[in-house]
Amino acid sequence: MTAELVQVTAFTVLMAAVATLVMLPPGVAVAWLLARREFPGRTILETVVSLPLVVPPVATGLILLKLFGRRGPLGAVLEPLGIDIVFTWRAVVVAMAVMGIPLLVRAARAGFEQADRRYEAIAATLGARPWRVFWTVSLPLARRGVLAGTVLGFSRAIGEFGATIMLAGALPGARTLSVAIYRNAELGRDAAAMTLIAAAVTIGFAAVYLSNRLGTAS
Amino acid sequence: MSVVRGGVEAAVVIDIRLRAGAFALDLRESIAARTVALFGPSGSGKTTTLDAVAGLRRPDAGVIRVGRHVLFDARRGVDVPPYDRKVGYVPQDLALFPHLDVRGNVLYGARRRAAERVPAASTVGNGGAGPGTHAAHASALEILEIDTLLSRRVDGLSGGERQRVALARALMTDPDLLLLDEPLAALDLGLRDRILPYLERVRDEIGTPMIYVSHAADEVRRMADHVLVLEAGRAVRSGAPADVLAQYAGGG
Repeated sequence: MTAELVQVTAFTVLMAAVATLVMLPPGVAVAWLLARREFPGRTILETVVSLPLVVPPVATGLILLKLFGRRGPLGAVLEPLGIDIVFTWRAVVVAMAVMGIPLLVRAARAGFEQADRRYEAIAATLGARPWRVFWTVSLPLARRGVLAGTVLGFSRAIGEFGATIMLAGALPGARTLSVAIYRNAELGRDAAAMTLIAAAVTIGFAAVYLSNRLGTAS
Repeated sequence: MSVVRGGVEAAVVIDIRLRAGAFALDLRESIAARTVALFGPSGSGKTTTLDAVAGLRRPDAGVIRVGRHVLFDARRGVDVPPYDRKVGYVPQDLALFPHLDVRGNVLYGARRRAAERVPAASTVGNGGAGPGTHAAHASALEILEIDTLLSRRVDGLSGGERQRVALARALMTDPDLLLLDEPLAALDLGLRDRILPYLERVRDEIGTPMIYVSHAADEVRRMADHVLVLEAGRAVRSGAPADVLAQYAGGG
């Protein structure tokens, strides 16, 4: 049981960390776009990114399964490259990233919106091209929002269940905390489930506490 | 309209139309002067004009030229992005980067080679930026007495220090033109008298052409050799400060 606790917790944290790294570049890019640019389809993008928050996670998981399955549009592209997603650890990462990205985008966007555009304009007059302005001014000024969003996205990834079970199943050795808790409860192993719940609560507490600290400190 | 570069003066051409809601800016000026003041009440279009010259606001029509450099020409489709304009801008709120220290601010736009030669804080001694530094960089840091501030945090600076750091940051890019938006407005009277000599030294010793926005007549008289009086987006008077400002009281 202890072996399971350690293995499942380590696997969950590792997968959530990888998922966070995967969601950061597109999440921060979308957050910046929504905060700083007017373009056609802006509201559509805004809505699509938030969709995983309101659609049942199981439904999101099924959509991902159709997309990444061998006959799905993304699966068909990845399969010849030898990359299997569905029912592997990669599926866990994909499910976690998709479910976490709305929270990342929201917080990061707020961070960019709070940063005064005047600094970016002045950086440009000092000779900085847009890419340099982003890295040296926009991102540092939005860092609190981006960090808070990163922690939130990570926390959401840790707790992810519905999309994960659809896309990754409950393979032994590739079970997240939520999936393992569900399996143990289903099999009547309540003590094992409770131990895993304690781990989940601890990680969740630490993440939310950190996120709140980042949000309130100035 | 002809421009002498490397001679005595570089002409600045600001010939622009710009609408923003109910406000309309309409300037048709070609000025051969080193230090031009934009003078007028708030809302007359002074800051909008600076923003247009810096490339932060796009005019609807017209031409902006600094010396031989055409920065904007609506008819020919020229709109040089701000990072290629070589126009230094010190906005009224200064916009010092809050996440960088003084060194980070001052060196933000400096050429890399020059930046490497700026002394480390620990080796700063008797002023001056050290031998070998590009002349304009060295004199900007020296004239504005920045070297003792280099390792300070921006939010710990006094009003006058902030002003000097913002000026130095703009000058370190070796701009062809320097835009100053009410550089003394936020300072109390005593501090004004301390900062004005810095501005005069920048004008006289570095010699960067300037557009100087102010609503204080005495300041304009002291700093500028040409003044443009703006009212509601139009230039109502243009000429030497002594002639143009005769009707305005000295204070600000």
